[in-house]
Amino acid sequence: MLNRGRNIEKGRVITRRMFILAAAKILLFAGISSRLYNLQISDREKYEILSDKNRIREWKTPPQRGIIVDNFNKVLASNDRVFQLHLMLDEINDFDVTIFKIKNLIGLDQFQIKKLYKKKERLKPWDTLVVSDNLTWEQFSKINLYLHELEGAKPVLSTSRFYPYANDLVHIVGYVGDASPKDLEKSEIKENFVPGLKVGKYGIENSQEKMLIGNYGIKRYEVNASGKRISQIDYIKERQGNKVSLTIDIEIQKYAQELLKGKAGSICVMDIYTGEVVAMASSPTYDPNKFTHGINEKDWKEIRNNPLKPLINKSIAGLYSPGSTFKPLVALAALEYGILDPNKTIRCKGHKHPYELYGVKYHCWKKEGHGYMKLRNAIKQSCDIYFYEMARLLGVDKLSIIAKRYGLGTNVLGDLYNDEKNGLVPDTKWKRRALEQSWYLGETVINGIGQGYIQTTPLQLCLMTAQIANGGYKIKPHIIKDDTINFKNVINKIKLDESNFPLHERNYLDDINVKYYQRMYHNKSNINFVLDAMFGSTNEQYGTSYRSRYDNPKYQFAGKTGTSQVRRITDLDRVLDLDTDQIEYKKRDHALYVAFAPYKDPRYAISVIIEHGGSGSKVAAPLASKLIKRIIDRHKLREQFNNGNTSLA
Amino acid sequence: MLRERIQASNYSFLDKLRSIDYLLILLIIAIGSISVFAIYSTEGGKFSFYTKNHIIRLSIFFSLFLVLSFVRVSTWYKNAYLFYVIGLILLLIVLFFGISASGATRWINLYFLNLQPSELMKIAVIICFARYYHRIQSSDIQSYKFLIQPIILLIIPCYLVMQQPDLGTSILIAGSGIAIIWLAGLNIKYFVYSGLLLLVSLPFVISILKPYQKSRILTFFNPDRDPLGAGYQIIQSKIAIGSGGFFGKGFLKGTQSYLEFLPEKHTDFIFTLFSEEFGFLGSIILLFLYILLIYRIINVGLVSRSFFAKLYCFGFATTIFLYVFVNIAMVLGMLPIVGAPLPIMSYGGSSLLSIMLGLSIVMSCKIYNQEQISVY
Repeated sequence: MLNRGRNIEKGRVITRRMFILAAAKILLFAGISSRLYNLQISDREKYEILSDKNRIREWKTPPQRGIIVDNFNKVLASNDRVFQLHLMLDEINDFDVTIFKIKNLIGLDQFQIKKLYKKKERLKPWDTLVVSDNLTWEQFSKINLYLHELEGAKPVLSTSRFYPYANDLVHIVGYVGDASPKDLEKSEIKENFVPGLKVGKYGIENSQEKMLIGNYGIKRYEVNASGKRISQIDYIKERQGNKVSLTIDIEIQKYAQELLKGKAGSICVMDIYTGEVVAMASSPTYDPNKFTHGINEKDWKEIRNNPLKPLINKSIAGLYSPGSTFKPLVALAALEYGILDPNKTIRCKGHKHPYELYGVKYHCWKKEGHGYMKLRNAIKQSCDIYFYEMARLLGVDKLSIIAKRYGLGTNVLGDLYNDEKNGLVPDTKWKRRALEQSWYLGETVINGIGQGYIQTTPLQLCLMTAQIANGGYKIKPHIIKDDTINFKNVINKIKLDESNFPLHERNYLDDINVKYYQRMYHNKSNINFVLDAMFGSTNEQYGTSYRSRYDNPKYQFAGKTGTSQVRRITDLDRVLDLDTDQIEYKKRDHALYVAFAPYKDPRYAISVIIEHGGSGSKVAAPLASKLIKRIIDRHKLREQFNNGNTSLA
Repeated sequence: MLRERIQASNYSFLDKLRSIDYLLILLIIAIGSISVFAIYSTEGGKFSFYTKNHIIRLSIFFSLFLVLSFVRVSTWYKNAYLFYVIGLILLLIVLFFGISASGATRWINLYFLNLQPSELMKIAVIICFARYYHRIQSSDIQSYKFLIQPIILLIIPCYLVMQQPDLGTSILIAGSGIAIIWLAGLNIKYFVYSGLLLLVSLPFVISILKPYQKSRILTFFNPDRDPLGAGYQIIQSKIAIGSGGFFGKGFLKGTQSYLEFLPEKHTDFIFTLFSEEFGFLGSIILLFLYILLIYRIINVGLVSRSFFAKLYCFGFATTIFLYVFVNIAMVLGMLPIVGAPLPIMSYGGSSLLSIMLGLSIVMSCKIYNQEQISVY
């Protein structure tokens, strides 16, 4: 009963409190009502005048995109003058009539008109409709002549992106196009967007959007009650986007593209000390200017259906087995870990007596065999048998540590390109995790000649070669000029670094994380051994790229050929022994070549890959040889331009 | 006869239908229809994205409201704490995985709807507190032991919402919770003391606010400080409402809103647009509809037997009041712009969902108003 009494009391309290609250609510609502009365009845006139006066409207004006230049300040992407026709929707009384007149003047087809109506649907009644963003001069002058008859039409001189080196640079610079809804989600675009503005779709244009896009301007107009402009009262000027400087040398890039003409493949050139990418060619290619105003169906189909796949940036998104170009690294790994005495002799007996492991046969590429080989000769003549045995002794895990350290298996240019591939450097752990299988020794053996699971991009091979050629120092590859590092100091430091004391830090060899521009080698003589063997491979008789050599020490280079199989070679193939052009295109080997030049005091590394080109020594090495001459001829100019005094020896 | 029916506590479907508060339903439909016209007008008289979405959401959530109205009030009671915990979990999800827009992270992407859990938390706090005070003896209410728990339960969600950052919603959640503590009968001196404490500490509170929040508060005191920047919204909103006059400029003829002077006109500033086009008369009618809605909700509380139902209804009525008041006072330039939607009128799925959910609990209190809920 006591409980019940309490409950009644509690109920009363709640109700009483509710009434107090309700009274407060009524009071506050009365406050709102009186405020409404104030605004809408007492001060009505004041606000009506304000509302009429208050018809200031803003129009955003598009900014010019920042330009892109090469290492020598040559313009690679500029803004060209274009003629456009805009329609001010708020000044048009009859849209259909205006469109009809315009159609007759500049000759729009049915499809384009449909598109315009669709576009108009999405706009607000006072927006601007861009009828054409790229009129010819003839159309433009016609419009100007009949302008008095066209309601709301406004001929506009505007700018649009232009790529003077069109096909030669599209894989590096990329291209622009209309912003998609996804593009508009990016903050740098969202904050600076003006309808009709073109945004980067690929490459530097895309990843450097923040630098390039600029800021829009604002024009404020006073408008009357129906929204027509009366006078301009304010104009905040737009700001052009910033310039982006690349490390590319357009002359070398152009020449590289020319060398690749008609083939599918890639050429990469890198400064071995600074990591500057001098050229990064990919073939076949396409014209980025076609995308600026929207590519037409026919051109798009042609690009899409080309079997050599022009849209793929082969330098960073093409994956290839490195083949024999991997051998210098295998040799380096074996030497660094002290697995093998370079004087160890192995006999290569040709196809009749191949290398055998647990009953499986592994052949050398040379039918007759190389005979007795030591390590230097094995690199020089690219003997597979020697490397099978060396890889078996070394083991795949140690090899993968060195391979990763020298730049394979990871993305090279960071987030500059959204399609850059990581590649793959296999080890036992990887296979267990990814394929849930244990590693076979046979896989180690073929890994030793750069076949099997291993996958690399051409740029990674170039980086690998560069980091061996510079004496075993880690460099930071980049394609946008980096002003934060004093490269002159870096080069001097690396060149003067004669330190060859063994590093006592525990597990030094096993550590993959080396700082940029620091040594990666364990013992310098190992690096020198490999470099010397590569010299032999190019400049001594029986070397695989002997035919492409230069005797003039100024141009003399050292390199390593590679021929990577795209399929398993059967016994039948060995019997047939067909020439490259007798084999179906898709089944031909990829031709590879990596090199550094000049041999004495090297400065540049290069990688060449020709898809299904056949043998590296016949196809890839001659191209590299031609390009190297051009690179060295331009070196002095580059040095002078970059304010360095470290001239060639 | 009545007594027997209660004893059986087994209502026939017809009884349930008879107990429905049809006036309340009518009010919801009326405000809902007005909101459709208002949002249609924000799009310049085109039947496109926002209007379509708003109609779809209104119909879905209204149906949900009807269905959930038949859930027993004791079921809501039993799950009250569960709602609170779910609300908290959702707020934590927002904190870690939420999606952001214009500098604030408030939403969870559910594909068909970007859920804003802070809106749901308002209901969760009321129902949780109603259950809490339902159980407590009136003699215990004043003791610190029983006061400290609801305060902690209130501080956690307020803090989480403040982190998003969303000062407006955070204050409104706190307001709903405090309203229930007030209704439960906590001594007036506590409210007076904490009010004084807040006043004293105001300078410190302002110093920890985000720069944009500070600028909004400063702008509130002097809108002409920065007429094209932060003061813009308040000035434009006042001009729109003031120029509406007694009868308004007419449907689809609000020049201020039509010319895009008004930011966020379909969400927080929907009342501005409505008031510009329908004038003083329309605004007072809309205000009257809200008063009626609040009155009906209070009425349900009055006829309910259980403390839980009473506390919930009175609390929910106060929440609706707070939202209507804060929103309208804000667009009239009487309060700083903190971001609070106008219930049912504003475009926005989460706010609509939580209001409809809240109303369905009110309706279930009405249908089962004779049901007693044991204290344990």
